[in-house]
Amino acid sequence: MSNFETIIGLEVHVELKTASKIFSPAPNAFGSEPNSNINPIDLGYPGVLPVLNEEAVNYAMKAAMALNCEIATDTKFDRKNYFYPDNPKAYQISQFDQPIGENGWIEIEVNGEKKRIGITRLHLEEDAGKLTHGEYGYSYVDYNRQGTPLVEIVSEPDIRTPEEAYAYLEKLKNIIQYTGVSDCKMEEGSLRCDANISIRPVGQEAFGTKAELKNLNSFSFVQKGLEFEEKRQRDVLLNGGEILQETRRYDEQTKETILMRVKEGSDDYRYFPEPDLVPLYIDNEWKERIRAEIPELPDARQKRYVKELDLPAYDAGVLTSTIEMSDFFEEAIEAGADAKQASNWLMGEVSAYMNKQQVEIQDLKMTPAALAKMIKLIEDGTISSKMAKKVFAELVENGGEPEKIVKEKGLVQISDEGQLREIITGILDANEQSIIDYKDGKDRALGFLVGQTMKATKGQANPPMVNKIILEEINKR
Amino acid sequence: MSLFDYTLKELQEKLHNKEITVSELVEASYDRINEVDGEVKAFLTLNEEEAKKQAKELDEKLSDDASILYGMPIGIKDNIVTKGLRTTAASQILDNLNDPLYDATVVQKLNAENAINIGKLNMDEFAMGSSNENSSYENTRNPWNTDYVPGGSSGGSAAAVAAGEVLFSLGSDTGGSIRQPAAFCGVVGMKPTYGLVSRFGLIAFASSLDQIGPITRTVEDNAYLLQAIVGHDNMDSTSANVEIPNYSDALKQDVKGLRIAVPKEYLQEGVDPEVKEAVLSALKQYEELGATWEEVSLPHSKYAVAAYYLLAASEASANLARFDGVRYGKRTEKKVDMVDMFKESRAEGFGDEVKRRIMLGTFALSSGYYDAYYKKAQKVRTLIKNDFEKIFADFDVVVGPTTPTPAYKIGEKIDDPLTMYTDDVLTTPVNLAGLPGMSIPCGFSSAGLPIGLQIIARPFDEATIYRTAYAYEQATDHHKKRPNLGGDK
Amino acid sequence: MAEISKEQVKHVANLARLSLTDEEVETFTQQLGDIINYAELLNELDTGDVKPTTHVLDLKNVMRKDEPKEWIKKEDALKNAPDEQDGQFRVPSILE
Repeated sequence: MSNFETIIGLEVHVELKTASKIFSPAPNAFGSEPNSNINPIDLGYPGVLPVLNEEAVNYAMKAAMALNCEIATDTKFDRKNYFYPDNPKAYQISQFDQPIGENGWIEIEVNGEKKRIGITRLHLEEDAGKLTHGEYGYSYVDYNRQGTPLVEIVSEPDIRTPEEAYAYLEKLKNIIQYTGVSDCKMEEGSLRCDANISIRPVGQEAFGTKAELKNLNSFSFVQKGLEFEEKRQRDVLLNGGEILQETRRYDEQTKETILMRVKEGSDDYRYFPEPDLVPLYIDNEWKERIRAEIPELPDARQKRYVKELDLPAYDAGVLTSTIEMSDFFEEAIEAGADAKQASNWLMGEVSAYMNKQQVEIQDLKMTPAALAKMIKLIEDGTISSKMAKKVFAELVENGGEPEKIVKEKGLVQISDEGQLREIITGILDANEQSIIDYKDGKDRALGFLVGQTMKATKGQANPPMVNKIILEEINKR
Repeated sequence: MSLFDYTLKELQEKLHNKEITVSELVEASYDRINEVDGEVKAFLTLNEEEAKKQAKELDEKLSDDASILYGMPIGIKDNIVTKGLRTTAASQILDNLNDPLYDATVVQKLNAENAINIGKLNMDEFAMGSSNENSSYENTRNPWNTDYVPGGSSGGSAAAVAAGEVLFSLGSDTGGSIRQPAAFCGVVGMKPTYGLVSRFGLIAFASSLDQIGPITRTVEDNAYLLQAIVGHDNMDSTSANVEIPNYSDALKQDVKGLRIAVPKEYLQEGVDPEVKEAVLSALKQYEELGATWEEVSLPHSKYAVAAYYLLAASEASANLARFDGVRYGKRTEKKVDMVDMFKESRAEGFGDEVKRRIMLGTFALSSGYYDAYYKKAQKVRTLIKNDFEKIFADFDVVVGPTTPTPAYKIGEKIDDPLTMYTDDVLTTPVNLAGLPGMSIPCGFSSAGLPIGLQIIARPFDEATIYRTAYAYEQATDHHKKRPNLGGDK
Repeated sequence: MAEISKEQVKHVANLARLSLTDEEVETFTQQLGDIINYAELLNELDTGDVKPTTHVLDLKNVMRKDEPKEWIKKEDALKNAPDEQDGQFRVPSILE
């Protein structure tokens, strides 16, 4: 099995969240009633003309820059011709030979190893409508999505394993989200992925025949589909068979890829320059203006967390893995939380809660300021770590102010030394045998005395203080 | 009262002097249509009810500062979309498009000027043709002799004006479709500079060549109508943002010192002797008016038709792909799957010429042929544009015939598409170069059919064309002749 | 001499989604062949250094602001639909 090498290239489509569509002034919104966010331009009515949305260009440039692409100075749009009911003009306005971005790369990390994956090109185009297959031989078209600005990001065939493909997608999504040009929600289709995969004997330079995988509805399906396909292609070759140029669909139920069609030659899209749109000339001033708008990207943030906040590289990586997590962390620090404590909470309790409840950090009721306040209450001894868990449980579920929760739940720790000493003296008086046991070397006796103290204070005593006072009082006797 | 006898300015005067009303004008237009359109067949759809209602309203609110087009009856070529009014581009595939949902920019402009849309005018299907024989409805006839073609593709627009059914009309010109029918019907037709008039709402044939323009009986009317429809439009990315002169200021009977270039290629073999004769006598007229002319060469003229047909057909193959039976228009009745639904709907909906050009364009763009045909044609386009630029360094206008021959008989050329194409040799270079060009009447053949003189100028120099055309028109009587139709006989 | 075969005509018709009768294939093969032959005229010209013209006007960067605008009424979207159901355009499915 090890004598084959896998070659993977990914094509990712990302919808840009402009207010209006790329070539028409219809609103760009997800989840509306079918055929409500459309106008005659989106419907390809006779006589309509496209006019380019400036923001779509800005967003595409931003994405391309964040992916380390060179930005074209001269670029243009082309018509890609094909018939399908969701493609109302029967041509898609896209970019053929002068994409807005080229020669980019991103860095991924798999099993502790870093690797650069090249990005061949990033181009701007319009999304199609949505065709749903129904019963009785009919399909249905909703054009709401038609004209949503879309960037297509094509990777170099640099990816060697399904795991790397997964890491590439995670990283790509993360970077794009940081730029703010897209939500990258696969479940809403604002990020979509097709994968090309081929295998070749190790040492062979020529690529093998590739299969194109479609219907990959999550990153893990991408990985699983590629794993299946890698194995399928090996089996075919090892059994003396031939790989055909196929389009295959990933089936989520059977976890297999299924043949859709065998490609004969390449599709003839008859690209030609879009006569209804004039060329774009992107001068340096424009490029620099957009470059200045790009926020700090995940790799830079990660480095800063290690260097300036003294966090372990691993923690910094987890914290920057989504912009929402990272922004939450930044805001908590801004509100005065200790970086290491905030990091521990986010990576520990917060992540555990999010996993369990299947929610995103932005959906939590707890604000970054509340987390910061709670951490401070622990630090100044107002609450114990144990109490903090109760406060946290309340915060994530219902939100609110940590101080108020502490008060309402009577969670305030008794840290008054005089008060504690009085209680402890009473307990020691009543348990003289335990003092003797302790002095005889039975450590368990100390635990018993601490337990008695906590019981007497309904768990509100400050534990380190209780320990300290009991020892002091025993030694006095 | 006959619309026929007056110019726009004269009618405006009568309107303000209360000699006529808008309602009478509109009535006169429909009366004339009733009288002669059975013969001419210029109209596809009438807007009668709405037009008469509008006329009444305009009669009530006429004021001294009313626009020059106020209440004037106009016809609109059927490839220009009109909200709430059937728009078919003379194709069966749009036969049922009773409401295209919006108004073309030019229609919005005419509405704002209170012109009255009388109806939609016949044409070659999707503007593909030069004889109106490619209309999927009836064949519009030449008002000067109804056995002859009116030209095309704006045949209905030219014939309706020549027949006096409307005061003026809008046409569109991709390779001569305003100028050629204007020449055949003895009227004035202007193809403006590419980008001067918005294409928004013009059903696209070849996007990089199409322009909407006015067809009128006089040069003066033409200038007024053009004035109303020009201007930058932010719904059309190819619309030019240029300063618009006042075209009527250019209407002076003065061409002293005007430098006229006459391309020798435009008077070569293939040009009918009578046409050549008419053009030469027009040039003599210009000399008398104080202009000078010189023979020049536009060496790439003979390549224009080939380049034009490759480019126009290529763009058309994409522009007409949207007619797929999904959102509007014709869908086949046959019970077939998706792919065959596309194929059958389009096969049933398109006529032969449209299919031929879609096929040609699809071929020219297809893998392996793109460089040899489409891209080659784009390069030749550059050469043709350069030819004109060179000439315009030394001359104010280029003058020649609009068409090699006067109108021909219906059916004469229909089976020979290539010959029909090569007839466009004198008009297509102007579209390829994006220049303004106009046809004005310059005489009649021995068979009594009009002959057109073509005047071409620099980009956005329509004013010089108007000046050149007006001086000639005022010095001659061709524009005063009327065809014998209906009660005129 | 450029030649166009019937097979090419059928291929092009399929790309253009036009169903042609045998007779039409015959006619178009002839006519397209003639037209393409005529277009060979362009090969007389050496266009090696010539830049292709896509637009006659030298316009660049024509764009609009990112502002959504209302245009047609929702019910108008399906007004001319040959077939519709529940607010969607209905089409025959593709045969797999």
